[in-house]
Amino acid sequence: MYAQLVKSEGTANRDEMTPEEVAFQDRIDRNEKIEPKEWMPDGYRKTLIRQIGQHAHSEIVGQLPEGNWITRAPTLERKAILLAKVQDEAGHGLYLYSAAETLGVSRDELLEALHAGKMKYSSIFNYPTLTWADMGAVGWLVDGAAIMNQVPLQRTSYGPYSRAMIRICKEESFHQRQGYDIMMKMCAGTPEQKAMAQDALNRFWYPALMMFGPSDKDSVHSAQSMAWRIKMNTNDELRQKFVDQTVPQAKFLGLTVPDPDLQWNEEKGGHDFSEPDWSEFYAVLAGNGPCNAERLGARVKAWDDGAWFREGLMAHAAKHSGGRVAAE
Amino acid sequence: MSSEWPLWEIFIRGQHGLNHRHVGSLHAPDAEMAIRNARDVYTRRNEGVSIWVVRSNDITASSPSDKGPLYEPSNSKVYRHPTFYDIPDEVGHM
Ligand SMILES: [Fe+2]
Ligand SMILES: [Fe+2]
Repeated sequence: MYAQLVKSEGTANRDEMTPEEVAFQDRIDRNEKIEPKEWMPDGYRKTLIRQIGQHAHSEIVGQLPEGNWITRAPTLERKAILLAKVQDEAGHGLYLYSAAETLGVSRDELLEALHAGKMKYSSIFNYPTLTWADMGAVGWLVDGAAIMNQVPLQRTSYGPYSRAMIRICKEESFHQRQGYDIMMKMCAGTPEQKAMAQDALNRFWYPALMMFGPSDKDSVHSAQSMAWRIKMNTNDELRQKFVDQTVPQAKFLGLTVPDPDLQWNEEKGGHDFSEPDWSEFYAVLAGNGPCNAERLGARVKAWDDGAWFREGLMAHAAKHSGGRVAAE
Repeated sequence: MSSEWPLWEIFIRGQHGLNHRHVGSLHAPDAEMAIRNARDVYTRRNEGVSIWVVRSNDITASSPSDKGPLYEPSNSKVYRHPTFYDIPDEVGHM
């Protein structure tokens, strides 16, 4: 997902908990929201900073593959739509950085960790966007997968995170629909255009499935995060839901999902499908995907190039506020 | 010097005349830029017609541990609610 392989700290075992931890877990079990100034276990705080930070980074880095096509959108309307979508993603990043900041970390610290490679962002944004059809596939599949994960997170236990998710979900459905709209247009176009749409689906299908992360049904970290209600479903549950939702949408477009083993399983009421290549996933997370260096390089450059501007505005603000106090 | 812009809390009043409501926070060098950024971050879809910005540092909040002493006294004052009073049906709507 936008937060993959987040390591969780703490114990889900009641016998090993301190009385404070038991009381805290009881609050979560009663579906109470935890707010910034309230007591929370250190592990809850640390895990949330990691998860929300990674989510925020994904929103910001996620602007790059789509930004790639803003100047080359086929019509002025498509360009305006794509700009609005990419601007929304900046907003999503900001909501999430703010939520993380309520846990006692600064935005600059989070950015430094990203730039130093100490914090991750979603593997999906390390794939290139080669044709205009990729704008369709990204909106449809990548935002579609993000929605799958973000909708349940609206009910997460941490108040600021939950509120950020509610805002994000309100904006997200436009993202997926504009992507599917591009796919519909391409699939109703010339054979070459339809072939571009199929090619985009071929390249993004497995990376989209990887977004949910490897199977975690036996993972201790996931069990802890689920007990804390900062993870609401297992990776496999969400992936299954995503496949079941997406297959009929591909069919409507007249496109073929690039999985020869994909088939409906009446008994389980869902599709059987092939796993993505997890060795590729780990390689991308380790920094060896097709675009890792380019993505991180673009972020670091933007940050460094903007330093004079950030400092300039701070200097101006300091001068200005000094002047105002003196005038009173 | 650290050039991190300070944090501001953003309040927005929507179209329908309700109170300004806290919608989130953002970083900005000064109040004017905070309003401009709030316009971009929090009103991209006609969410509001008025923006207030307040430095986060200037907000004083009640402490979570005061929950009991602050709010419990009102629990016992049921007569503050209209449902406390039985008005016979014959009287009509009140
Ligand atoms: Fe987003
Ligand atoms: Fe999105």
